[in-house]
Formats: sequence, structure tokens, C-alpha cells
Amino acid sequence: MAKTASTLDFSPALPDRSGHFGIFGGRFVSETLMPALEELDQAWRRYLADADFMAEFDRDLAHFVGRPSPLYLAENLTRQVGGAQIILKREDLNHTGAHKINNTVGQGLLARAMGKKRVIAETGAGQHGVASATVAARLGMECVVYMGAEDVRRQSINVFRMKLLGAEVVAVEAGSRTLKDALNEAMRDWTTNVDDTFYILGTVAGPHPYPAMVRDFNAVVGREARAQMIEQYGRLPKALVACVGGGSNAIGLFHPFIEDRDVDMYGVEAAGRGLSGEEHAASLCAGRVGVLHGSRTYLLDDEAGQIRHTHSVSAGLDYPGVGPEHAWLKDSGRAQYVGITDEEAMKAFHALTRSEGIMPALETAHAIAYGMKLAAELPSDELVLINLSGRGDKDINTVAEVEGITF
Amino acid sequence: MNRIDRRFAELDAQGRVALVPYVTAGHPHPDFSVDILHAAVEAGADLVELGMPFSDVMADGPVIQNACARALEHGTGLDHVLDMVRSFRQKDEQTPLILMGYLNPIERRGAERFAADAAEAGVDAILVVDCPADEADELKRLLASKGLHQIFLVAPTTTESRLDHAARLAGGFVYYVSIKGVTGAASLDVTSLAPMVEKVRDRTRLPVAVGFGIRGPEQAAAVAQTADAVVIGSALVDRLDSCDSKEAAVKEVRDYLAPVREAMDNVASSRMKKAAV
Repeated sequence: MAKTASTLDFSPALPDRSGHFGIFGGRFVSETLMPALEELDQAWRRYLADADFMAEFDRDLAHFVGRPSPLYLAENLTRQVGGAQIILKREDLNHTGAHKINNTVGQGLLARAMGKKRVIAETGAGQHGVASATVAARLGMECVVYMGAEDVRRQSINVFRMKLLGAEVVAVEAGSRTLKDALNEAMRDWTTNVDDTFYILGTVAGPHPYPAMVRDFNAVVGREARAQMIEQYGRLPKALVACVGGGSNAIGLFHPFIEDRDVDMYGVEAAGRGLSGEEHAASLCAGRVGVLHGSRTYLLDDEAGQIRHTHSVSAGLDYPGVGPEHAWLKDSGRAQYVGITDEEAMKAFHALTRSEGIMPALETAHAIAYGMKLAAELPSDELVLINLSGRGDKDINTVAEVEGITF
Repeated sequence: MNRIDRRFAELDAQGRVALVPYVTAGHPHPDFSVDILHAAVEAGADLVELGMPFSDVMADGPVIQNACARALEHGTGLDHVLDMVRSFRQKDEQTPLILMGYLNPIERRGAERFAADAAEAGVDAILVVDCPADEADELKRLLASKGLHQIFLVAPTTTESRLDHAARLAGGFVYYVSIKGVTGAASLDVTSLAPMVEKVRDRTRLPVAVGFGIRGPEQAAAVAQTADAVVIGSALVDRLDSCDSKEAAVKEVRDYLAPVREAMDNVASSRMKKAAV
């Protein structure tokens, strides 16, 4: 059996007991949910230390998800860029096609251990919704997925996948009809059905313990990648690159490298139609500190503190907040955050597809674009590791639409 | 003395239960809001709750979501809300006024400046839905320094240790959320309410208000059997939604609240008699 690294080092220093990363994080929700968050926090801590639970998690990661995912040296892309060697962590090869399944397997097992019969989830691009519906199908649980109506439209393939898996998909018409509104609606459902429902939050945002718990379930990505780098290349990479919407794939990759001070970390946000305007979703690059969806973090709001509508060609990055640990990594200077526009992401989508035969998700294409820029500036003996967080099949309608192609 | 404390002392002496209507500032139109507040007082409101519109009202049901969205379409920001309070205070110096909303607009202004501005405008208390007792120390201190109470929510799910914590920080009254759910949900179970309200009462000397999901005279009267204050929000806001003039809105408020007031007063007098026996 392939050994996965999930049982190593699950006890990071942050967050503190009340869920704070410095000034960030915390629990800013209505009182009705606070006891449920406390219960979840206790369950999470208990089962992380439970050898049987973690063994089952490892088995599922190996045999259901297909871990470990390979590292792939993108030789053609490297040649095309003409700089550092570009290495891809192939999370797109996981079951359901993205890193999201790592977290939903973990939270699904936790839901079962806590005796919950019904799970709910929010989704942007649909990857987390599909991963949640997949786990619910396997564990025999009722599953309701909240999805912004705009995202339902642009991610119709994933909507159908969720339905095939037996989930109910609720299109959320409120607000900007995207991920943030789906998250609001999922929180409302949880507030109403808190006794029997487990909320599988899909990213490292939200109230404590979600940012820490989702990180821990996704950190298998970074632990594997770190071990694979040493084994295959004899050293750690010069830099890590990952896209950041809420930030779960980036935290999953970054976290096990935090103590490796020589490894630079770049989180790539959606700069949409440019950071100088308002049509982007780059809360770390262009936002400020506030409170949204249960935690204090960087976010995009107007002068009156109203949350702004965001824009990105990729539904999964189209979110006005970001996980509080990223806010902490930014302010502490440990990670850098940069923006990639829709146009740059589209170019990178095609570049990877044509050079390597790997079609990335549009979210992931943002990381590819920045990774290519970064590699171009570095000498050829350096290594750049990009998290290939998801595959692009779900995005072919969007790509066609952007390029004016009708089927 | 804070107007809320004074008002509850008066109500206690009179043996009356407080009627506390909630309306969203700027809904259905910002020009109506001050008159809506006055109409509520004329129809028998003892305290009024004014919602500060927010784009992402995570703890609110569809009615208040819609009200906030409409108010924001009219550009109702915190400055406008405070102007409404100042305008209300020109004619009404006595009725306690509570602002209810979410944390981000408050933090964007700066909590210290917000506290000063709200106190100056004539606000008596703040209820921040997404600021539970655990995260409230700083805000509570800033509000208290300006003589403002912070109102805390207590829910059916609240544990005893959490209840103690909220009771320690709370000022004005404790707001018991009568249902597991968002505002305006229609599953209020009046019979299970009494033991929960008593549990809260055991831990605080503050009055206990009950809200979320209360609609109409009958339910208000039933809740008034046990609570010190009855909050009516979504049911009223829903009726205001179709009002396209100030006059229509004022009439709607009076028509809706007057029978509620009457039903509650009947209960209060029977509570008085019981207490006297």
C-alpha cells in the first residue's frame, strides 16, 4: 500500500485555542452556531488524535482518492518558458479531479463519527460540491449543495455531476449570485438544522475551526510534495506557487513548508480585469482587514463596509474574502500574494494544455500563469513547484464562451 | 441613565411587557424610515430596533435579506442610519433605540468612532449579530465608554457556560432567540419557550426579550406570558415591503402593531393579577 503522509505533524502552533492567527480568524457568527462550532472544534481535536480515525482517513486517501498524487516535471513548458524547471503537483489526478476531495473525505468521516446524517456544502466552481456529494453518496448521507445561480450557469457540468451523485443543488439568487452568497445560504441552513446537519465547508475560510481543520485535511498535499521533492530531486524547490480563492489548495501545499525558510511561497489571486479597477477578486493584493463569513481577514468592501461584488473568469476564485491564515502569512511576510488577470490565466490554460497535454482548471491556470512568469526570471537550475489543484474539464464551456465559440 | 434601563424600570412598575418592533433602515425607502419609527412608537412600541443594512446578512432570513438589499440599492449607509436617528430624536427624546447589524460596516468606520457617533446621534444600544460574547471584549469596552449597551443574543443551543459569559457582558436586556434558525422563520414553539426564558432569567437580572419568528397578536401575546419584551421584525418588515408611500408605510405600521399591543396588554394585566395573588 502506498504510504501517505497524513499522520505526520498535525499540531501546528497556530491558530490559538480560540481560533486566531494573530489578529485574524476567530468566530464571528450568530450565537445559534457558536455551540455547534465548539462541538466541531472538540470533535476535530479528538479525532485528529485518534489512531483508528486517522488510519481510516489515510486508507481512504490512498484507495478512494488515489493518493499519493505524482509530481510531474513539465519539461515542455519549462523549455517554452526558458528558466527554472517547472514541477507540477498533480492534484488534478485525484478522484473527482481536484484537491477538494482530501478535505471532504476528512470532514465526511468526521460527520459520520459525530453521528450526523445530513451534510451541506457551498460551492463556487462546483469542485467542492462534487467532492461533498461524492463523499455523501459513499457514506449514505443526505447532501444539499448551495451554489450561486451565476455559478450554476457557468458550471453546468458539475451541477449535473452533483445531481447524478444524489445531491440536491440549490441555486442561490441573492446578492452577486456567486460563492459568497452560497456560503451565506449554507450558514443559514446550518443555523436552522444545526442538530442533525454537518456543514462541510470547502475552504480555509469561515469561523474556527474550519480554517485550521480544512488546512489539516489538505496538508497531505504539502507533506507529500515535500517528501517527493527530497526523494526525486534531492532538495526542496526554490518556490511554491498556488492559486488562492479562499485558499485551501495553497494552504495545503504551503503549510508543511512554513518552517523551510528558503522556500518562497506565492499565492496567486484572481486579478480579473485588472487590479486597478474593481473587477477582480484579489482580497490580499487589493483588500483590507474586516470581518466576513465568521472570521477576521482581508476582504473586498466599499467605503461603507459593504462587501463588494467580485469578478473572475474562474468561479472558484470569485470570492471577496480569503482564509485568515493567508492573511497571517501575508502580514508576517512569510508568503507573497500576487494577481493574475483573466487574460493571463486563459493564456496559461492553453499553454499547459498544448505543451503538456494537461488541461488545468481555470483557477489552477492562475497559478500556472504566475509560475511561468516566476520561472522565466530564475536560472535553469532552480525548481518551481506549482500546485496543479484541479483539472479543467468543468471549464470547457467557459473557455468556449470567453473565446466566442459555440457548440 | 441609559434610556433602555429607564424604560424597563417604568414598564416593570406598570407591569407591562415591552413591544420592540424591528425595521430595516432605508426600507422600503430611506425617506420613510423616521416616520416609520414615530408611527411604531405611536402604535405602542416601547423600544425600537433599527437595522443597519449589510450586504451579507448571514443570520437573516429572506425578508430581512430583501429589506437590506433594497435599502442598499437606495444607498443607505451608516451615515444615513445615524442621520435617521438624529432626526427621530428631534421629536422623541424618550424611546430607547437599538441599532442592529453586522460587524464589518462598524469596523470599517472604526469601532471607536462608531461608538462616539452612535452615542452622539442618540442611540442607546448596539446588537451586532456576528459578534458573540467571545469576540466582544473590545467593542463592549468602546461602547460602554460612550454609555451604550451591547445587546447579546442567547439561543436555544446556548450552553450554560456561554450563557454566563453573555450575561456578564450584556447590558440593557438579553435577547433570547426563540428558534433554531434565521430571522423570520416560522417554527416558533411557544410552549417550549417558558423553561428557556426561565433558564436565562436565573442567570441575569436584566430583562429578557424574545424574538426571531414572532408574528401577529396571538403569538406576541403568548410570548408576553413569559418574556419581558417581544421583538417583532420580519413580520412587520414583510408588510412594509409593498408600501410605496410614506403614508402607506405609516398606516401599515399602525395597523399591524396596534392589535399586537392590545393583545400583549391583555396578557400583561393578567400577569399583574397573578403576581398580585
